[in-house]
Amino acid sequence: MDHGPVWLTLLLATVTTVGLLLLGTPVAYWLARTKSRAKPVVEAVTALPLVLPPTVLGFYLLVALGPLSPVGGFWLELTGEALTFSFSGLVVASLIYSLPFMVQPLASAFEALGDGPFEAAASLRASPLAAFVHVAVPLSARGFLTAIVLTFTHTIGEFGVVLMVGGNIPGETRVVSIAIYEHVETLRYAEAHALSAGLVLFSFLVLVLVYALNRRFPPHVG
Amino acid sequence: MSVDPCRPASSLSDFAALAMDFRLQRADFGLVVRVEVPLEGVTAVFGASGSGKTTLLRAVAGFERPDQGRVVAGTDTWFDSATHTDVPPHRRAAGFMFQDTRLFPHLDVAGNLAFAARRARADGGGFDRADVVTALDLEPLLRRRTGSLSGGERQRVALGRTLLTRPRILLLDEPLAALERERKADILPYLEGALSRFGIPTLYVSHDIDEVARFADRMLLLSAGRVQAHGPTPQMLERLDLQPAMGRFEAGVLLAGRVLRRDPRLHLTWVDVGGDEIAVPEITGAGGAEVRLRIRARDVALATCRPEGISIRNVLPGTLLELTPGDAPGFVEALVQLHSVRIRSRLTLAAVEELGLAPGMSVFALVKTVSFGV
Repeated sequence: MDHGPVWLTLLLATVTTVGLLLLGTPVAYWLARTKSRAKPVVEAVTALPLVLPPTVLGFYLLVALGPLSPVGGFWLELTGEALTFSFSGLVVASLIYSLPFMVQPLASAFEALGDGPFEAAASLRASPLAAFVHVAVPLSARGFLTAIVLTFTHTIGEFGVVLMVGGNIPGETRVVSIAIYEHVETLRYAEAHALSAGLVLFSFLVLVLVYALNRRFPPHVG
Repeated sequence: MSVDPCRPASSLSDFAALAMDFRLQRADFGLVVRVEVPLEGVTAVFGASGSGKTTLLRAVAGFERPDQGRVVAGTDTWFDSATHTDVPPHRRAAGFMFQDTRLFPHLDVAGNLAFAARRARADGGGFDRADVVTALDLEPLLRRRTGSLSGGERQRVALGRTLLTRPRILLLDEPLAALERERKADILPYLEGALSRFGIPTLYVSHDIDEVARFADRMLLLSAGRVQAHGPTPQMLERLDLQPAMGRFEAGVLLAGRVLRRDPRLHLTWVDVGGDEIAVPEITGAGGAEVRLRIRARDVALATCRPEGISIRNVLPGTLLELTPGDAPGFVEALVQLHSVRIRSRLTLAAVEELGLAPGMSVFALVKTVSFGV
Protein backbone atom coordinates (compact mmCIF):
# COMPACT_ATOMS: atom_id res chain seq x y z
CA MET A 1 0.00 0.00 0.00
CA ASP A 2 1.15 3.50 -0.79
CA HIS A 3 1.69 5.39 2.46
CA GLY A 4 2.25 8.74 0.73
CA PRO A 5 -1.35 9.99 1.01
CA VAL A 6 -1.50 9.04 4.69
CA TRP A 7 1.56 11.08 5.67
CA LEU A 8 0.48 13.94 3.46
CA THR A 9 -2.95 13.97 5.10
CA LEU A 10 -1.51 13.92 8.63
CA LEU A 11 0.90 16.71 7.72
CA LEU A 12 -1.88 18.83 6.23
CA ALA A 13 -4.15 18.28 9.26
CA THR A 14 -1.36 19.10 11.71
CA VAL A 15 -0.29 22.28 9.94
CA THR A 16 -3.91 23.37 9.59
CA THR A 17 -4.72 22.70 13.24
CA VAL A 18 -1.67 24.56 14.55
CA GLY A 19 -2.33 27.44 12.16
CA LEU A 20 -5.96 27.68 13.17
CA LEU A 21 -5.09 27.56 16.88
CA LEU A 22 -3.03 30.69 16.32
CA LEU A 23 -5.53 32.40 14.02
CA GLY A 24 -8.82 31.13 15.39
CA THR A 25 -8.24 31.64 19.11
CA PRO A 26 -8.08 35.45 18.94
CA VAL A 27 -11.12 35.50 16.66
CA ALA A 28 -13.07 33.23 19.01
CA TYR A 29 -12.02 35.30 22.01
CA TRP A 30 -13.07 38.51 20.32
CA LEU A 31 -16.42 36.99 19.35
CA ALA A 32 -17.04 35.78 22.89
CA ARG A 33 -16.16 39.04 24.64
CA THR A 34 -17.10 41.78 22.20
CA LYS A 35 -20.11 44.05 22.44
CA SER A 36 -19.45 45.33 18.92
CA ARG A 37 -22.27 45.58 16.42
CA ALA A 38 -20.02 43.92 13.86
CA LYS A 39 -20.20 40.66 15.80
CA PRO A 40 -23.04 39.03 13.78
CA VAL A 41 -21.24 39.83 10.54
CA VAL A 42 -17.97 38.31 11.74
CA GLU A 43 -19.86 35.33 13.13
CA ALA A 44 -21.57 34.79 9.79
CA VAL A 45 -18.30 34.98 7.88
CA THR A 46 -16.63 32.42 10.12
CA ALA A 47 -19.64 30.10 9.82
CA LEU A 48 -19.93 30.33 6.02
CA PRO A 49 -17.66 27.33 5.30
CA LEU A 50 -20.13 25.20 7.29
CA VAL A 51 -23.07 25.90 5.05
CA LEU A 52 -21.51 26.40 1.62
CA PRO A 53 -21.17 23.39 -0.67
CA PRO A 54 -17.46 22.46 -0.80
CA THR A 55 -17.54 23.01 -4.56
CA VAL A 56 -18.59 26.64 -4.12
CA LEU A 57 -15.84 27.21 -1.59
CA GLY A 58 -13.37 25.32 -3.78
CA PHE A 59 -14.34 27.26 -6.88
CA TYR A 60 -13.79 30.68 -5.28
CA LEU A 61 -10.60 29.54 -3.59
CA LEU A 62 -9.37 28.35 -6.97
CA VAL A 63 -10.17 31.76 -8.44
CA ALA A 64 -8.68 33.63 -5.47
CA LEU A 65 -5.50 31.57 -5.27
CA GLY A 66 -4.83 31.21 -8.99
CA PRO A 67 -1.62 32.69 -10.44
CA LEU A 68 -3.63 35.48 -12.12
CA SER A 69 -5.24 36.64 -8.87
CA PRO A 70 -3.51 39.21 -6.60
CA VAL A 71 -3.00 36.65 -3.80
CA GLY A 72 -1.86 33.85 -6.10
CA GLY A 73 0.30 36.20 -8.15
CA PHE A 74 2.00 37.60 -5.06
CA TRP A 75 2.71 34.06 -3.81
CA LEU A 76 4.11 33.09 -7.18
CA GLU A 77 6.42 36.14 -7.11
CA LEU A 78 7.51 35.34 -3.59
CA THR A 79 8.09 31.61 -3.77
CA GLY A 80 8.19 30.78 -7.44
CA GLU A 81 5.40 28.29 -6.85
CA ALA A 82 1.69 28.55 -7.62
CA LEU A 83 -0.79 28.32 -4.76
CA THR A 84 -3.19 26.20 -6.76
CA PHE A 85 -2.45 22.51 -7.14
CA SER A 86 0.25 22.72 -4.45
CA PHE A 87 0.55 21.71 -0.81
CA SER A 88 0.77 25.37 0.27
CA GLY A 89 -2.50 26.04 -1.53
CA LEU A 90 -4.10 23.10 0.26
CA VAL A 91 -3.00 24.55 3.61
CA VAL A 92 -4.55 27.93 2.77
CA ALA A 93 -7.78 26.25 1.65
CA SER A 94 -7.86 24.06 4.77
CA LEU A 95 -7.35 27.06 7.04
CA ILE A 96 -10.47 28.56 5.54
CA TYR A 97 -12.77 25.57 5.32
CA SER A 98 -11.87 24.30 8.80
CA LEU A 99 -12.11 27.75 10.43
CA PRO A 100 -15.58 27.25 11.94
CA PHE A 101 -14.52 23.98 13.53
CA MET A 102 -11.86 25.84 15.51
CA VAL A 103 -13.71 29.11 16.17
CA GLN A 104 -17.13 27.86 17.19
CA PRO A 105 -16.18 25.46 20.03
CA LEU A 106 -13.65 27.97 21.34
CA ALA A 107 -16.07 30.88 21.20
CA SER A 108 -18.75 28.96 23.06
CA ALA A 109 -16.20 27.80 25.65
CA PHE A 110 -15.05 31.38 26.24
CA GLU A 111 -18.63 32.60 26.29
CA ALA A 112 -19.61 29.98 28.85
CA LEU A 113 -17.08 31.48 31.27
CA GLY A 114 -19.22 34.60 31.62
CA ASP A 115 -17.87 37.81 33.12
CA GLY A 116 -17.11 36.28 36.50
CA PRO A 117 -13.56 35.01 36.03
CA PHE A 118 -12.59 38.11 34.06
CA GLU A 119 -13.83 40.47 36.77
CA ALA A 120 -12.13 38.33 39.39
CA ALA A 121 -8.85 38.48 37.46
CA ALA A 122 -9.14 42.25 36.97
CA SER A 123 -9.86 42.76 40.67
CA LEU A 124 -6.60 40.89 41.33
CA ARG A 125 -4.80 43.40 39.12
CA ALA A 126 -4.38 41.03 36.16
CA SER A 127 -4.32 42.77 32.78
CA PRO A 128 -6.78 41.56 30.11
CA LEU A 129 -3.93 39.64 28.43
CA ALA A 130 -2.93 37.98 31.70
CA ALA A 131 -6.58 37.15 32.35
CA PHE A 132 -6.75 35.49 28.94
CA VAL A 133 -3.54 33.48 29.28
CA HIS A 134 -3.79 32.48 32.94
CA VAL A 135 -7.55 32.24 33.44
CA ALA A 136 -9.57 31.99 30.24
CA VAL A 137 -7.34 29.49 28.44
CA PRO A 138 -6.92 26.99 31.29
CA LEU A 139 -10.62 27.24 32.15
CA SER A 140 -11.50 26.49 28.52
CA ALA A 141 -9.39 23.34 28.28
CA ARG A 142 -12.36 21.23 27.17
CA GLY A 143 -13.24 23.73 24.48
CA PHE A 144 -9.67 23.60 23.17
CA LEU A 145 -9.69 19.82 23.11
CA THR A 146 -12.97 19.76 21.17
CA ALA A 147 -11.82 22.46 18.76
CA ILE A 148 -8.49 20.77 18.07
CA VAL A 149 -10.05 17.37 17.46
CA LEU A 150 -12.84 18.72 15.25
CA THR A 151 -10.42 20.78 13.19
CA PHE A 152 -7.96 17.94 12.79
CA THR A 153 -10.52 15.32 11.83
CA HIS A 154 -12.49 17.64 9.60
CA THR A 155 -9.34 18.54 7.70
CA ILE A 156 -8.60 14.84 7.24
CA GLY A 157 -12.10 14.21 5.94
CA GLU A 158 -12.50 17.10 3.51
CA PHE A 159 -12.76 16.07 -0.13
CA GLY A 160 -14.49 18.56 -2.41
CA VAL A 161 -12.44 21.65 -1.67
CA VAL A 162 -9.21 19.66 -1.78
CA LEU A 163 -10.06 18.18 -5.15
CA MET A 164 -10.88 21.56 -6.68
CA VAL A 165 -7.97 23.53 -5.25
CA GLY A 166 -5.33 20.81 -5.11
CA GLY A 167 -6.24 18.24 -7.68
CA ASN A 168 -4.59 14.88 -7.36
CA ILE A 169 -0.82 15.22 -7.43
CA PRO A 170 1.03 12.41 -5.63
CA GLY A 171 3.20 13.70 -2.80
CA GLU A 172 1.81 17.19 -3.20
CA THR A 173 -1.96 17.23 -2.97
CA ARG A 174 -3.02 13.62 -3.06
CA VAL A 175 -4.49 13.17 0.43
CA VAL A 176 -6.29 10.08 1.72
CA SER A 177 -9.78 11.13 0.72
CA ILE A 178 -8.63 11.80 -2.87
CA ALA A 179 -6.68 8.55 -2.97
CA ILE A 180 -9.77 6.58 -1.88
CA TYR A 181 -11.85 8.26 -4.58
CA GLU A 182 -9.27 7.41 -7.21
CA HIS A 183 -8.98 3.80 -6.05
CA VAL A 184 -12.75 3.42 -6.32
CA GLU A 185 -12.86 5.08 -9.74
CA THR A 186 -10.21 2.68 -10.98
CA LEU A 187 -11.96 -0.27 -9.31
CA ARG A 188 -9.04 -1.01 -6.98
CA TYR A 189 -11.32 -1.86 -4.09
CA ALA A 190 -8.65 -3.56 -1.97
CA GLU A 191 -6.63 -0.33 -1.72
CA ALA A 192 -9.80 1.69 -1.17
CA HIS A 193 -10.73 -0.68 1.66
CA ALA A 194 -7.32 -0.38 3.31
CA LEU A 195 -7.42 3.40 3.38
CA SER A 196 -11.10 3.63 4.31
CA ALA A 197 -10.86 1.10 7.11
CA GLY A 198 -7.78 2.93 8.31
CA LEU A 199 -9.75 6.19 8.49
CA VAL A 200 -12.62 4.53 10.33
CA LEU A 201 -10.25 3.03 12.89
CA PHE A 202 -8.30 6.25 13.26
CA SER A 203 -11.44 8.36 13.78
CA PHE A 204 -12.77 5.87 16.31
CA LEU A 205 -9.53 5.89 18.30
CA VAL A 206 -9.40 9.69 18.30
CA LEU A 207 -12.96 9.92 19.60
CA VAL A 208 -12.28 7.36 22.35
CA LEU A 209 -9.25 9.37 23.36
CA VAL A 210 -11.26 12.59 23.42
CA TYR A 211 -14.03 11.17 25.56
CA ALA A 212 -11.48 9.63 27.91
CA LEU A 213 -9.68 12.96 28.23
CA ASN A 214 -12.95 14.79 28.75
CA ARG A 215 -13.63 12.67 31.81
CA ARG A 216 -10.30 13.76 33.23
CA PHE A 217 -11.25 17.42 33.17
CA PRO A 218 -13.54 18.21 36.07
CA PRO A 219 -16.79 19.63 34.68
CA HIS A 220 -16.25 23.07 36.25
CA VAL A 221 -13.01 23.42 34.30
CA GLY A 222 -14.44 24.72 31.08
CA MET B 1 -21.51 42.21 69.61
CA SER B 2 -17.88 41.56 70.10
CA VAL B 3 -14.56 42.92 71.09
CA ASP B 4 -13.97 46.04 69.10
CA PRO B 5 -10.28 46.08 68.29
CA CYS B 6 -8.47 49.36 68.24
CA ARG B 7 -8.34 50.01 64.55
CA PRO B 8 -5.02 51.37 63.38
CA ALA B 9 -5.15 54.88 62.05
CA SER B 10 -5.34 55.09 58.29
CA SER B 11 -1.58 55.14 57.94
CA LEU B 12 -1.84 52.87 54.91
CA SER B 13 -4.21 55.00 52.92
CA ASP B 14 -2.40 57.72 51.13
CA PHE B 15 -5.60 59.52 50.34
CA ALA B 16 -8.32 60.95 52.45
CA ALA B 17 -11.66 60.29 50.84
CA LEU B 18 -13.52 58.37 48.21
CA ALA B 19 -15.77 60.75 46.30
CA MET B 20 -18.66 59.17 44.43
CA ASP B 21 -20.70 61.60 42.43
CA PHE B 22 -22.39 59.89 39.52
CA ARG B 23 -25.53 58.77 37.79
CA LEU B 24 -26.01 55.33 36.33
CA GLN B 25 -29.14 54.27 34.49
CA ARG B 26 -29.97 50.69 33.54
CA ALA B 27 -33.10 49.34 31.90
CA ASP B 28 -34.96 48.72 35.14
CA PHE B 29 -32.89 50.54 37.68
CA GLY B 30 -31.17 53.85 38.31
CA LEU B 31 -28.49 54.82 40.79
CA VAL B 32 -27.77 58.43 41.67
CA VAL B 33 -25.14 59.09 44.32
CA ARG B 34 -23.33 62.14 45.55
CA VAL B 35 -21.40 61.27 48.64
CA GLU B 36 -17.90 61.34 50.02
CA VAL B 37 -16.71 58.75 52.51
CA PRO B 38 -13.44 58.99 54.44
CA LEU B 39 -10.94 56.37 53.36
CA GLU B 40 -10.34 54.80 56.70
CA GLY B 41 -11.97 52.08 58.72
CA VAL B 42 -15.08 50.30 57.55
CA THR B 43 -17.96 51.98 55.81
CA ALA B 44 -21.06 49.82 55.51
CA VAL B 45 -23.16 50.22 52.40
CA PHE B 46 -26.53 49.22 53.71
CA GLY B 47 -29.95 48.86 52.17
CA ALA B 48 -32.64 46.46 51.07
CA SER B 49 -31.97 44.17 48.14
CA GLY B 50 -32.37 46.10 44.91
CA SER B 51 -31.38 49.38 46.54
CA GLY B 52 -28.20 49.62 44.48
CA LYS B 53 -25.54 48.54 46.97
CA THR B 54 -23.74 46.12 44.69
CA THR B 55 -24.02 48.44 41.68
CA LEU B 56 -22.41 51.21 43.71
CA LEU B 57 -19.54 48.91 44.64
CA ARG B 58 -19.15 47.73 41.06
CA ALA B 59 -19.01 51.29 39.81
CA VAL B 60 -16.20 52.04 42.25
CA ALA B 61 -14.33 48.93 41.06
CA GLY B 62 -14.84 49.85 37.41
CA PHE B 63 -17.14 46.95 36.50
CA GLU B 64 -20.05 49.29 35.83
CA ARG B 65 -19.60 52.50 33.92
CA PRO B 66 -21.67 55.45 35.16
CA ASP B 67 -23.46 57.47 32.49
CA GLN B 68 -22.18 60.65 33.98
CA GLY B 69 -20.12 61.84 36.92
CA ARG B 70 -16.94 61.08 38.77
CA VAL B 71 -15.33 58.52 41.03
CA VAL B 72 -12.26 59.90 42.76
CA ALA B 73 -10.16 58.05 45.31
CA GLY B 74 -8.01 60.60 47.09
CA THR B 75 -5.88 62.17 44.39
CA ASP B 76 -6.63 59.47 41.79
CA THR B 77 -9.48 60.05 39.39
CA TRP B 78 -10.82 56.62 38.48
CA PHE B 79 -13.73 57.83 36.43
CA ASP B 80 -14.71 61.20 35.05
CA SER B 81 -17.21 61.48 32.23
CA ALA B 82 -16.20 65.11 31.62
CA THR B 83 -12.62 64.20 30.72
CA HIS B 84 -13.45 60.71 29.39
CA THR B 85 -11.35 59.17 32.14
CA ASP B 86 -12.14 55.53 32.82
CA VAL B 87 -9.28 53.71 34.53
CA PRO B 88 -9.65 49.99 33.78
CA PRO B 89 -10.48 47.83 36.81
CA HIS B 90 -7.08 46.15 36.98
CA ARG B 91 -5.35 49.51 37.44
CA ARG B 92 -7.67 50.84 40.15
CA ALA B 93 -6.07 49.12 43.13
CA ALA B 94 -9.57 48.31 44.36
CA GLY B 95 -9.73 44.82 45.84
CA PHE B 96 -13.19 43.45 45.12
CA MET B 97 -14.35 40.40 47.02
CA PHE B 98 -17.33 38.80 45.33
CA GLN B 99 -20.27 37.30 47.12
CA ASP B 100 -19.75 34.06 45.15
CA THR B 101 -15.96 34.22 45.79
CA ARG B 102 -14.99 33.43 42.17
CA LEU B 103 -11.97 31.40 43.18
CA PHE B 104 -10.17 30.04 40.14
CA PRO B 105 -11.14 26.37 39.90
CA HIS B 106 -8.09 25.41 37.84
CA LEU B 107 -5.75 26.47 40.65
CA ASP B 108 -5.48 25.14 44.18
CA VAL B 109 -5.69 27.49 47.16
CA ALA B 110 -1.96 28.27 47.07
CA GLY B 111 -2.24 28.95 43.33
CA ASN B 112 -5.13 31.36 43.89
CA LEU B 113 -3.12 33.23 46.50
CA ALA B 114 -0.03 33.28 44.27
CA PHE B 115 -2.07 34.73 41.39
CA ALA B 116 -2.82 37.74 43.60
CA ALA B 117 0.55 37.98 45.34
CA ARG B 118 2.42 38.09 42.02
CA ARG B 119 0.45 41.19 41.09
CA ALA B 120 0.49 42.94 44.46
CA ARG B 121 0.92 46.67 44.55
CA ALA B 122 4.55 47.42 45.26
CA ASP B 123 3.91 50.40 47.50
CA GLY B 124 1.04 49.09 49.57
CA GLY B 125 0.88 47.05 52.62
CA GLY B 126 3.30 46.47 55.37
CA PHE B 127 2.19 42.85 55.34
CA ASP B 128 3.10 39.81 53.28
CA ARG B 129 1.73 36.43 52.29
CA ALA B 130 2.71 34.83 55.58
CA ASP B 131 0.80 37.47 57.55
CA VAL B 132 -2.34 36.91 55.50
CA VAL B 133 -2.06 33.12 55.68
CA THR B 134 -1.70 33.32 59.45
CA ALA B 135 -4.45 35.89 60.02
CA LEU B 136 -6.99 33.85 58.04
CA ASP B 137 -5.66 30.45 59.11
CA LEU B 138 -5.15 29.34 55.52
CA GLU B 139 -2.14 27.09 56.09
CA PRO B 140 -4.18 23.84 56.28
CA LEU B 141 -6.01 24.74 53.06
CA LEU B 142 -3.08 25.60 50.80
CA ARG B 143 -2.92 22.27 48.93
CA ARG B 144 -6.69 21.87 48.62
CA ARG B 145 -8.58 22.17 45.34
CA THR B 146 -11.04 25.05 45.53
CA GLY B 147 -13.91 22.70 44.69
CA SER B 148 -13.42 20.80 47.93
CA LEU B 149 -13.65 23.85 50.21
CA SER B 150 -16.66 24.61 52.39
CA GLY B 151 -18.50 27.92 51.99
CA GLY B 152 -16.72 29.54 54.91
CA GLU B 153 -13.33 28.31 53.74
CA ARG B 154 -13.97 29.70 50.27
CA GLN B 155 -14.74 33.11 51.78
CA ARG B 156 -11.53 33.03 53.81
CA VAL B 157 -9.45 32.16 50.74
CA ALA B 158 -11.20 34.84 48.68
CA LEU B 159 -10.54 37.46 51.34
CA GLY B 160 -6.91 36.38 51.62
CA ARG B 161 -6.51 36.48 47.85
CA THR B 162 -7.94 39.99 47.69
CA LEU B 163 -5.80 41.22 50.59
CA LEU B 164 -2.65 39.89 48.89
CA THR B 165 -2.98 42.38 46.04
CA ARG B 166 -2.49 45.04 48.76
CA PRO B 167 -5.44 47.09 47.54
CA ARG B 168 -5.93 50.72 48.48
CA ILE B 169 -9.52 50.03 49.20
CA LEU B 170 -11.34 46.79 49.94
CA LEU B 171 -14.76 46.34 48.36
CA LEU B 172 -16.62 43.51 50.08
CA ASP B 173 -19.88 42.54 48.41
CA GLU B 174 -21.96 40.76 51.05
CA PRO B 175 -19.16 38.33 51.86
CA LEU B 176 -21.32 36.46 54.36
CA ALA B 177 -24.67 36.47 52.61
CA ALA B 178 -24.25 33.06 50.99
CA LEU B 179 -23.38 31.37 54.29
CA GLU B 180 -25.64 29.70 56.78
CA ARG B 181 -25.87 31.30 60.17
CA GLU B 182 -23.49 28.82 61.79
CA ARG B 183 -20.82 29.21 59.10
CA LYS B 184 -21.18 32.97 59.45
CA ALA B 185 -20.25 32.73 63.10
CA ASP B 186 -17.14 30.76 62.07
CA ILE B 187 -15.87 33.31 59.62
CA LEU B 188 -16.89 36.55 61.36
CA PRO B 189 -13.89 36.60 63.73
CA TYR B 190 -11.52 36.11 60.77
CA LEU B 191 -13.13 38.89 58.80
CA GLU B 192 -13.18 41.22 61.76
CA GLY B 193 -9.58 40.37 62.66
CA ALA B 194 -8.34 40.86 59.10
CA LEU B 195 -10.12 44.19 58.67
CA SER B 196 -8.50 45.61 61.78
CA ARG B 197 -5.16 43.85 61.37
CA PHE B 198 -4.48 45.06 57.83
CA GLY B 199 -6.20 48.41 58.21
CA ILE B 200 -7.29 48.76 54.60
CA PRO B 201 -10.16 51.20 54.07
CA THR B 202 -13.22 49.10 53.35
CA LEU B 203 -16.62 49.48 51.75
CA TYR B 204 -18.73 46.66 53.10
CA VAL B 205 -22.01 45.88 51.39
CA SER B 206 -24.53 44.24 53.66
CA HIS B 207 -28.20 43.91 54.29
CA ASP B 208 -27.67 42.47 57.73
CA ILE B 209 -27.87 45.18 60.36
CA ASP B 210 -26.10 43.02 62.94
CA GLU B 211 -23.04 42.70 60.71
CA VAL B 212 -23.09 46.43 60.12
CA ALA B 213 -23.35 47.20 63.82
CA ARG B 214 -20.49 44.86 64.51
CA PHE B 215 -17.95 46.09 61.95
CA ALA B 216 -18.82 49.40 60.55
CA ASP B 217 -17.53 52.73 61.72
CA ARG B 218 -19.80 54.49 59.27
CA MET B 219 -22.95 53.67 57.39
CA LEU B 220 -24.12 54.68 53.98
CA LEU B 221 -27.82 53.97 53.68
CA LEU B 222 -29.13 53.37 50.18
CA SER B 223 -32.76 53.27 49.27
CA ALA B 224 -34.10 52.77 45.74
CA GLY B 225 -30.86 53.89 44.13
CA ARG B 226 -30.43 57.02 46.24
CA VAL B 227 -28.25 57.79 49.25
CA GLN B 228 -30.73 58.32 52.03
CA ALA B 229 -28.26 59.13 54.77
CA HIS B 230 -24.73 58.52 55.88
CA GLY B 231 -22.85 58.99 59.11
CA PRO B 232 -21.33 57.23 62.09
CA THR B 233 -22.99 53.89 62.78
CA PRO B 234 -24.34 54.58 66.30
CA GLN B 235 -26.09 57.77 65.25
CA MET B 236 -27.48 56.13 62.12
CA LEU B 237 -28.90 53.25 64.11
CA GLU B 238 -30.66 55.60 66.50
CA ARG B 239 -32.32 57.71 63.86
CA LEU B 240 -35.98 56.83 63.81
CA ASP B 241 -36.60 58.50 60.46
CA LEU B 242 -34.29 55.98 58.76
CA GLN B 243 -35.95 52.94 60.17
CA PRO B 244 -38.34 52.27 57.32
CA ALA B 245 -35.28 51.84 55.13
CA MET B 246 -33.51 49.67 57.66
CA GLY B 247 -36.30 47.17 58.01
CA ARG B 248 -39.29 46.88 60.23
CA PHE B 249 -37.77 44.92 63.07
CA GLU B 250 -34.30 46.28 62.98
CA ALA B 251 -34.79 49.47 64.95
CA GLY B 252 -32.64 49.64 68.03
CA VAL B 253 -29.58 51.16 69.57
CA LEU B 254 -25.87 50.50 69.43
CA LEU B 255 -24.17 50.93 72.79
CA ALA B 256 -20.48 51.06 73.59
CA GLY B 257 -19.57 49.04 76.66
CA ARG B 258 -16.74 47.51 78.61
CA VAL B 259 -16.37 43.88 79.68
CA LEU B 260 -16.72 43.68 83.48
CA ARG B 261 -16.42 39.97 84.21
CA ARG B 262 -17.37 36.62 82.80
CA ASP B 263 -18.68 33.35 84.11
CA PRO B 264 -17.21 30.43 82.17
CA ARG B 265 -19.58 27.92 83.78
CA LEU B 266 -22.70 29.77 82.72
CA HIS B 267 -21.06 31.08 79.55
CA LEU B 268 -22.11 34.61 80.36
CA THR B 269 -20.28 37.92 80.17
CA TRP B 270 -21.30 41.06 82.01
CA VAL B 271 -20.82 44.33 80.22
CA ASP B 272 -20.88 47.78 81.75
CA VAL B 273 -22.80 50.19 79.59
CA GLY B 274 -22.59 53.65 81.10
CA GLY B 275 -23.37 52.45 84.63
CA ASP B 276 -25.80 49.67 83.76
CA GLU B 277 -24.76 46.04 83.81
CA ILE B 278 -25.97 43.89 80.98
CA ALA B 279 -25.50 40.11 80.80
CA VAL B 280 -24.78 38.79 77.32
CA PRO B 281 -23.66 35.45 75.89
CA GLU B 282 -19.98 34.72 76.50
CA ILE B 283 -17.54 37.02 74.75
CA THR B 284 -14.00 35.86 74.32
CA GLY B 285 -11.25 38.39 74.85
CA ALA B 286 -9.68 40.30 77.70
CA GLY B 287 -11.54 41.94 80.59
CA GLY B 288 -11.86 45.68 80.23
CA ALA B 289 -12.15 45.24 76.48
CA GLU B 290 -14.39 47.58 74.56
CA VAL B 291 -17.43 45.96 73.03
CA ARG B 292 -20.39 47.12 71.02
CA LEU B 293 -23.81 45.90 72.00
CA ARG B 294 -26.63 46.17 69.57
CA ILE B 295 -29.99 46.02 71.27
CA ARG B 296 -32.93 45.78 68.92
CA ALA B 297 -36.09 47.59 69.93
CA ARG B 298 -38.13 44.45 69.38
CA ASP B 299 -36.02 42.61 71.98
CA VAL B 300 -36.77 45.11 74.73
CA ALA B 301 -39.91 44.87 76.86
CA LEU B 302 -41.03 47.41 79.47
CA ALA B 303 -42.50 46.86 82.94
CA THR B 304 -43.92 49.46 85.31
CA CYS B 305 -42.63 47.62 88.41
CA ARG B 306 -39.67 45.30 88.94
CA PRO B 307 -40.86 41.88 87.86
CA GLU B 308 -40.34 38.83 90.10
CA GLY B 309 -39.80 35.24 89.06
CA ILE B 310 -38.80 36.06 85.54
CA SER B 311 -36.26 34.42 83.26
CA ILE B 312 -35.04 37.66 81.76
CA ARG B 313 -31.53 38.45 83.08
CA ASN B 314 -31.40 42.13 82.36
CA VAL B 315 -33.84 44.31 84.27
CA LEU B 316 -32.70 47.88 83.87
CA PRO B 317 -34.41 50.75 85.75
CA GLY B 318 -34.97 53.92 83.78
CA THR B 319 -37.31 56.71 82.81
CA LEU B 320 -39.63 56.71 79.85
CA LEU B 321 -38.66 59.68 77.70
CA GLU B 322 -40.99 59.57 74.74
CA LEU B 323 -43.50 57.45 72.88
CA THR B 324 -43.78 57.74 69.11
CA PRO B 325 -46.05 55.90 66.70
CA GLY B 326 -44.29 52.96 65.08
CA ASP B 327 -44.02 52.49 61.34
CA ALA B 328 -46.93 50.08 61.38
CA PRO B 329 -50.38 50.64 62.91
CA GLY B 330 -50.70 49.19 66.39
CA PHE B 331 -47.03 49.62 67.32
CA VAL B 332 -45.33 52.25 69.44
CA GLU B 333 -41.62 53.08 69.76
CA ALA B 334 -40.52 53.95 73.29
CA LEU B 335 -37.28 55.70 74.21
CA VAL B 336 -36.04 54.98 77.74
CA GLN B 337 -33.29 56.82 79.60
CA LEU B 338 -31.09 54.44 81.63
CA HIS B 339 -28.16 55.62 83.79
CA SER B 340 -26.38 57.38 81.00
CA VAL B 341 -27.49 55.67 77.78
CA ARG B 342 -30.82 55.42 76.05
CA ILE B 343 -32.52 52.30 74.84
CA ARG B 344 -35.40 51.75 72.44
CA SER B 345 -38.33 49.47 72.92
CA ARG B 346 -40.97 48.42 70.47
CA LEU B 347 -44.35 47.91 72.08
CA THR B 348 -47.87 47.22 70.98
CA LEU B 349 -50.36 50.02 71.33
CA ALA B 350 -52.43 47.62 73.42
CA ALA B 351 -49.61 47.26 75.97
CA VAL B 352 -49.07 51.01 76.15
CA GLU B 353 -52.74 51.59 76.90
CA GLU B 354 -53.06 48.77 79.39
CA LEU B 355 -49.99 49.88 81.39
CA GLY B 356 -50.92 53.54 81.04
CA LEU B 357 -47.43 54.37 79.81
CA ALA B 358 -46.61 58.04 79.49
CA PRO B 359 -43.41 60.10 79.24
CA GLY B 360 -41.79 60.76 82.61
CA MET B 361 -42.84 57.43 84.16
CA SER B 362 -40.34 55.16 85.87
CA VAL B 363 -40.06 51.88 84.01
CA PHE B 364 -37.89 48.78 83.85
CA ALA B 365 -36.41 47.78 80.53
CA LEU B 366 -36.23 44.00 80.13
CA VAL B 367 -33.67 42.56 77.73
CA LYS B 368 -33.29 38.83 77.19
CA THR B 369 -29.67 37.69 77.18
CA VAL B 370 -30.36 35.34 74.32
CA SER B 371 -31.53 38.24 72.16
CA PHE B 372 -27.95 39.23 71.49
CA GLY B 373 -26.75 38.02 68.15
CA VAL B 374 -23.59 36.20 67.26
